[in-house]
Amino acid sequence: MAEPILSVRNLQTQFAAQEGVVHAVDGVDFDVFEGRTLGVVGESGCGKSVTARSILGIVESPGRVVGGQILLRPAKGGAPIDLLTLSPKAMRDIRGPEIALVFQEPMASFSQYYTIGNQITEAIRLHMGMDANAARARAIDLLDMVGVPQPSRRVDEYPFQLSGGLRQRVMIAMALACDPRVLIADEPTTALDVTTQAQILDLLRELQQKRGLAIILITHDMGVIAEMAHDVAVMYLGRAVETGPVGEIFSSPKHPYTRALLRSIPTVLAKPRTRLPTIAGSIPHPFNRPTGCPYHPRCSEIITGLCETAEPPAVGEASREVRCFLHGGRP
Amino acid sequence: MTTLLEVRGLRKYFPIRKGLLRRVVGQVRAVDGVSFTIRKGETLALVGESGCGKTTVSRCILRALAPSAGAINFSIGGRTVDLAALKRRQLRPLRRHMQMVFQDPYSSLNPRMVVGDIIGEPLLINGMTDRAERRKRVAELMELVQLPAAYLNRFPHAFSGGQRQRIGIARALALNPELIVADEPVSALDVSVQAQILNLMLDLQDRLQLTYLFVAHDLSVVKHVSDRVAVMYVGRIVELAETEALYNRPLHPYTEALLSAAPTPVPGVASNRIVLEREIADPANPPPGCAFHPRCRHAQDRCRQQTPELEEVEPGRWVSCLRARELSLQGIADPA
Repeated sequence: MAEPILSVRNLQTQFAAQEGVVHAVDGVDFDVFEGRTLGVVGESGCGKSVTARSILGIVESPGRVVGGQILLRPAKGGAPIDLLTLSPKAMRDIRGPEIALVFQEPMASFSQYYTIGNQITEAIRLHMGMDANAARARAIDLLDMVGVPQPSRRVDEYPFQLSGGLRQRVMIAMALACDPRVLIADEPTTALDVTTQAQILDLLRELQQKRGLAIILITHDMGVIAEMAHDVAVMYLGRAVETGPVGEIFSSPKHPYTRALLRSIPTVLAKPRTRLPTIAGSIPHPFNRPTGCPYHPRCSEIITGLCETAEPPAVGEASREVRCFLHGGRP
Repeated sequence: MTTLLEVRGLRKYFPIRKGLLRRVVGQVRAVDGVSFTIRKGETLALVGESGCGKTTVSRCILRALAPSAGAINFSIGGRTVDLAALKRRQLRPLRRHMQMVFQDPYSSLNPRMVVGDIIGEPLLINGMTDRAERRKRVAELMELVQLPAAYLNRFPHAFSGGQRQRIGIARALALNPELIVADEPVSALDVSVQAQILNLMLDLQDRLQLTYLFVAHDLSVVKHVSDRVAVMYVGRIVELAETEALYNRPLHPYTEALLSAAPTPVPGVASNRIVLEREIADPANPPPGCAFHPRCRHAQDRCRQQTPELEEVEPGRWVSCLRARELSLQGIADPA
């Protein structure tokens, strides 16, 4: 396989609070390739959104990236750059032209006081050095590309004038304004209805095929992952507990969490009124992070005396890793 | 099976006001002629996308909203009363028989009350003034929803989302209601917790012979809990049928599209999906004829002129589509 565009190595992001330190991201590794989608899946508090924000260098205080590497391979080739070593000013040239973000809540992520055209052209003028007219023309092209009807009229409208689905299209247009190579989509369809979700997922797939975008798709929805992702990273409490190609994750999941998660998903294929297998307990509070393997209190296959104390290392090849003592790595 | 609730021709219009004099310039037809029945002991799911009126229907049934027209016949204690026609005072003694479970377990519990008081409040209001007796009943309810009774004196913030939803359910059950209206009860929860709450709701229904009106947008969740499903689009029911029949062989093109859009956790299944174009119609200004026709791939000229009525095309199968009898639509694709 080709070289990855973006590699995350042992990423650690912490939030210091009075009650203690929250290890929101605690040693995450993954690779993102051109024209492929990496699905990052996990439940609330697993650190998937903080991972995205860490990559872009927009973790909000008191959060801080405390370790690891985020390696971006330059477009012209050459040695990868570690984004964590860049100055804030240099980072600004990464956000937009190299890596862009689509947020979950399209209403909350726009300014209500500027037209959408205004908000799209801001980045174009800043990064691509176009004048106002050229930038506006590009904004209209972008809106057209993401399927906003009547783009030359819509460009002068305000976000509140658009429906949820259209707002998400505009958000994608804005993210693509400076031709990024990596698109991070953080729950891009969670706030949308299913029929609108289907439209947006189709759009993302189409854009990826046309432009060879590398997409990091962050979601809690295994259905969306099955549909969109080529590769998957399953996260639990700040760790990628299992990574691998989408087919293998679904057909032969290795980590007990992945297995349990897949079993507990309601599907339209189920028989009516059937009980679902559940995962015992609930996700621990971030201040009460379990010792050892963070999943051990909920795990049905716990190895008593080992999982409570020792942290399982990642085992397997780079493209198919799992962090669980059932699959090796015992001390 | 006996009918617990019969909704007939329910309408709820919200006026659109404009200008200095707040003159009414239009109506949002949030619910526009909805009829269905709920049998005792069953779960009827009300499904649809945002703005389809499913929540408005549930609020009218609970009389949190006053319907604009229609009847809501509720059978209780051997008699049938039309809830839509009652005054607030007359409603009060009936309210204990229908309770609500809310979507958001974070905002639906008072953060300043301890769990014991939250669950005990409906008991107190309905005359159980003896403290010890109330405590005993609260402990019983907590056991019913599998919450340790030791948590009685904790505040909601100390609980996880799933535990909070259990508290909400215990509160709804406090007065032994006949009907539980659950509006998106699991959509704010994580997947691993969602399954726990769905199972709990099924268990409680079996134990207490509860009747559920389950309002949801997620067809996968609905499949697991419901006996029958009613699909709503722009203020009307477009299809109503037994769950299995509706999923396997939908009769309305909108149901077909919804089923097709539901993400399935099986890689590669999504390839032949029907993606609806355009957006949900505006209930303040619905298109003429069938409200779904601008997005329907089976629409013909008559769909633009004639408004279809909900009719029973097969025993137990209601559909509102002019072409229901001639179309052969695609149900859920079984990958096996």
